[in-house]
Amino acid sequence: MALRDIAIVGTAQRPSEVNSTFTSVEILLPVIQQLLDKVGIERSDIGFWCHGSCDYMSGQPFSFVSAVDAIGAWPPIIESHVEADGALALYEAWVKIQTGEVDVALVFSNGKTTSGPIDQILSLQTDPYMVAPLKPGFDALAALQARACLEAGVVTERQMAEVAARSRRDAHNNAIAFTKGNESVEELLAMPYTMNPLRAHDCATPVDGCNAVVLAAGDIARRLAERPAWIRGIDHRIDTQRLGARSMIESSSAAIAAQKAGVGNDRIDVAELHAPYTHQELLLRNAMGLSESTHINPSGGALVANPAMAAGLARFAEAAESVFAGSADRVLAHCTSGPMLQQNLVCVMEGE
Amino acid sequence: MSEADGLVRLRQPIGVTYNWSAGPNATSHLAGLMEGKFIGKRCPSCALVYFPPRNGVCPKCAKILAGDVEVGPKGTITTFCIVNVPFLGQKIKLPYVAAQILLDGADISMQHLIQECEAEDVRIGMRVEPVWKDTSEWGPSLENIQHFRPTGEADRVMGTESGAS
Repeated sequence: MALRDIAIVGTAQRPSEVNSTFTSVEILLPVIQQLLDKVGIERSDIGFWCHGSCDYMSGQPFSFVSAVDAIGAWPPIIESHVEADGALALYEAWVKIQTGEVDVALVFSNGKTTSGPIDQILSLQTDPYMVAPLKPGFDALAALQARACLEAGVVTERQMAEVAARSRRDAHNNAIAFTKGNESVEELLAMPYTMNPLRAHDCATPVDGCNAVVLAAGDIARRLAERPAWIRGIDHRIDTQRLGARSMIESSSAAIAAQKAGVGNDRIDVAELHAPYTHQELLLRNAMGLSESTHINPSGGALVANPAMAAGLARFAEAAESVFAGSADRVLAHCTSGPMLQQNLVCVMEGE
Repeated sequence: MSEADGLVRLRQPIGVTYNWSAGPNATSHLAGLMEGKFIGKRCPSCALVYFPPRNGVCPKCAKILAGDVEVGPKGTITTFCIVNVPFLGQKIKLPYVAAQILLDGADISMQHLIQECEAEDVRIGMRVEPVWKDTSEWGPSLENIQHFRPTGEADRVMGTESGAS
């Protein structure tokens, strides 16, 4: 079956905040309205709505159902939800458009990351029998991985600090970013460990946030955007949930996903990698074979703003915007999920 | 941990504490309940009055609600259920009636208890009013109302409104 040409034609993101006093629905609604206005379409033009969020973060079962209020459900709409990052919702929407049932989809995601102890909440994703009862903490699992990488010589603390310094500097150019800084690598290396071998700047900044993108097929995409970001390859791979059964010093799922998405077929101008820890960016660059000529995370990435369940879709939005602006021709968007880069979704987009 | 029978058992309960925010729209609703008032919100687009104000938006129009509207305190039963089945944690004597009540001036109904009448006398269209608990027991909750009871007024014919109930 020939694949349909599908592109991102518009994006909108809410500036990061902490301890938001708005409900998730009140946070989402203005962003979705802003996106519809930007693309110049009405709610009735959307054939499929797909949402990514996590009930564990709001502490309410089926809390995602209320998010339908933010998109309006009358007259009836076709919608779906993934208990995952919005990037996975984008994948579902892409499949939905491929079926030919719809031509335009709106994908949105939100996370009130600071309304609960996100380090504990995310570790509830681990195996409920052998790992979750130990309450390992998400940062602690990442620290174990970083330690293994350092001891194997796959990364150095200096390289990790370089990732942080670059991200904090680039954050100045991104209105959505929360953490910004101008520290030198030496200054960052002089900071104390918060969870050895991780320092505070090695870990993502938890923020409340949300975002949305519009996907459209073929000529509709060409009509809605001057320069759509065409999805040329997209692939999602998962490593085993058994933490002791996989290598901590490489990401085989990211490597396979990147290969299947066609990352290595041509140069990549911009790669937006969803790496909540500095060493994970280095692992991902290795796994995907990204060269020095690729501009990594010009947005500052998840290190400077990590709305859980929305940070992956944010990478798609940032990568697509660089195509819209004409500053990049071939871009990569990535989303991770689970402890220690367990899941990886890789997408390659191009301008025409 | 115990090893009495040669097995190692581990009990490790997991709990997570959240800071939950009602949001600005539900806040005026909850603050109203602290004063014994029913404060709803109006949709700026379709003008429907939401009590309670859901998540602060009109799901029909996808618009943020705006403007407080005091509704009630009397209302009309739009549908009901007679509860005869005992369950864990039950606080009310069986049988009792759980009803959807459309407060006067509101366009969506809310659920509450009907007491001070026989369960078999409850009917759609029956007019009811709130019986409040002692103010010393009040908090930001619909539980400030002990229950609703019949007013004795003539039934209201339902299904003639233009609202969303």
